[in-house]
Amino acid sequence: MNNILVLPVVIPVLAGILLVFFRSHIQIQRWLSLAAILSVTGISIYILNMIQNAGIIRLDFGNWQPPFGILFVGDSFSLLLVLTTSLVAAICLIYAFYSIGEQRERMFFYPFVLLMVAGVNGSFLTGDLFNLYVCFEVMLLASYALITLGGTKAQLKESIKYVAINVLSSWFFLVAIAYLYGTVGTLNMAHLSERIAEAGQTPLLTVISILFLLVFGLKAGLLLYFWLPGSYSVPPTAVAALFGGLLTKVGIYAMFRMFTLLFYHEPSITHTIIGIMAGITLIGGSFGAIAYRDIRQIVSFNVVIAVGFILVGLAVATPAAIEGSIYYLVHDMLVKAALFLIAGSMAALTGTTMIDRMSGLIRHYPILGWSFFIIMLALAGIPPLSGFMGKILIGQGAIESGSYILLALSLISSIFVLYSLLRIFLNCFWGESTTSEEDAAPLSKGWIIPCALLTAASIALGFGAEYISPYIADAAATLTNPYIYIDAVLNK
Amino acid sequence: MELMMSIAVGILFMVGVYLILTRSLLRIILGTSLLTHAVHLLLLTMARLKKGAPPLLGEQASAYTDPVPAALILTSIVISFGVTSFFFVLAYKAYQKLKTDDMEQLRGDEGE
Repeated sequence: MNNILVLPVVIPVLAGILLVFFRSHIQIQRWLSLAAILSVTGISIYILNMIQNAGIIRLDFGNWQPPFGILFVGDSFSLLLVLTTSLVAAICLIYAFYSIGEQRERMFFYPFVLLMVAGVNGSFLTGDLFNLYVCFEVMLLASYALITLGGTKAQLKESIKYVAINVLSSWFFLVAIAYLYGTVGTLNMAHLSERIAEAGQTPLLTVISILFLLVFGLKAGLLLYFWLPGSYSVPPTAVAALFGGLLTKVGIYAMFRMFTLLFYHEPSITHTIIGIMAGITLIGGSFGAIAYRDIRQIVSFNVVIAVGFILVGLAVATPAAIEGSIYYLVHDMLVKAALFLIAGSMAALTGTTMIDRMSGLIRHYPILGWSFFIIMLALAGIPPLSGFMGKILIGQGAIESGSYILLALSLISSIFVLYSLLRIFLNCFWGESTTSEEDAAPLSKGWIIPCALLTAASIALGFGAEYISPYIADAAATLTNPYIYIDAVLNK
Repeated sequence: MELMMSIAVGILFMVGVYLILTRSLLRIILGTSLLTHAVHLLLLTMARLKKGAPPLLGEQASAYTDPVPAALILTSIVISFGVTSFFFVLAYKAYQKLKTDDMEQLRGDEGE
């Protein structure tokens, strides 16, 4: 019965392979890929409820007992993220149907999206360090293809940097794995955690943990985010939304696993470094978000701010803060995808990305405008919407542990987020309309529906906090008490 | 023996990093492949280079070498091969379209 745990990875892979053979049948490609992703959504809801009743479930491949084989481990944290990933991917696919263009669709766009989703889901579910590396590579190779697909000059320029920086971070990942294997001699995460606890996290292990921090910092854009704004602003809108919603979040997930499951013995060193990095990320991201006039750059820097904000929760590491981080992570995946979709739609409608060259959009596109408004409030953390719970819990955790500088930085960054997006709203949606009723480009339903769906999801997450909180509390309980995880993997 | 290997790996890291920091795109790709060579050697070294038979049960030896790093390296070689070939084609396409392989000229984010 535990075999169900492999489906979030296997369904997208199989569908992706199948679609390679239907290159010119675009309708088949569209419906099959959407069906695959939606079935993953359904399955992950089912597994999430299963975990709620039966505790953490695991799947040993080939019936090899845990430290020796590869395994998938499903806890609430993983499955919440798998569920959000598939929701975001499905909505971005709907947007892609109407915007990506036939040329790209013929060049295996949908197989690449499916493989990327498979890599992301695999990274969330795996219980083995080297398998995590492989899943990262699956995700990254698909993302290399997606960022270059179409081959415009700007895309080629930025994708070279994107590929180079990711090759480098994968190299660091391998170096860290080599050192860790040489030191403790195992690759299974639960077993690693046990052995590190036995050795008491020697200085050598702390150095290795900082190497891992560097790796995932590069992937997630924590402090080392210099590659992010460029790479996220060149691909087509649907792809940028997938990247903004999913890719950095995998790095954040890996950091949470590393520093709550494996390296939790020396918080005065590692968690302080995470705190400093998160603080600088918040400052840098805030400056970036208000410095640019290009919508895509502003949105990309908002991704950076969110990464810093979520990592404040990890740096503080009280149960409340971890819970807040999980809440904010789920919220941020939905809302960032929505933000990229809306920004991309605005750019496509007006033919420019500069905020001072457009105005009065709300006259012609009211639904788009109000979606943006709601998303903006959600990101700033206005109470009934989805960003509020995460912010208040992280704030509460920071107060409990006395990290007032991080608290101040994270609250001030909310103001910068609000200001940078309000600037887009006031400049682009308000004001005199420069085009008349007849000249305005018509907005197709296929563009509005995904934006509205994500906005609705954000509102639902805010109002339905009570329904989701048991899952999040369970996820936080597993993260704050690594023995639950180890016990589920090694002693059953 | 591990010491010699560590020094060799260190030199490879050094050359790789130097090549990555140069301006020419092809040198950067060469640098990344040197780095992957180095990290594969590092994986091998970190599992201790003790003496033993190759990990084949038919050998009937009393001690075998560690089979895990060999499997890890094999996986990583294939992955880095895929990535490197993609990177080369990307560099070729970029050279065709942008007419340069100088990273300094690939700067700038204002329009084209």
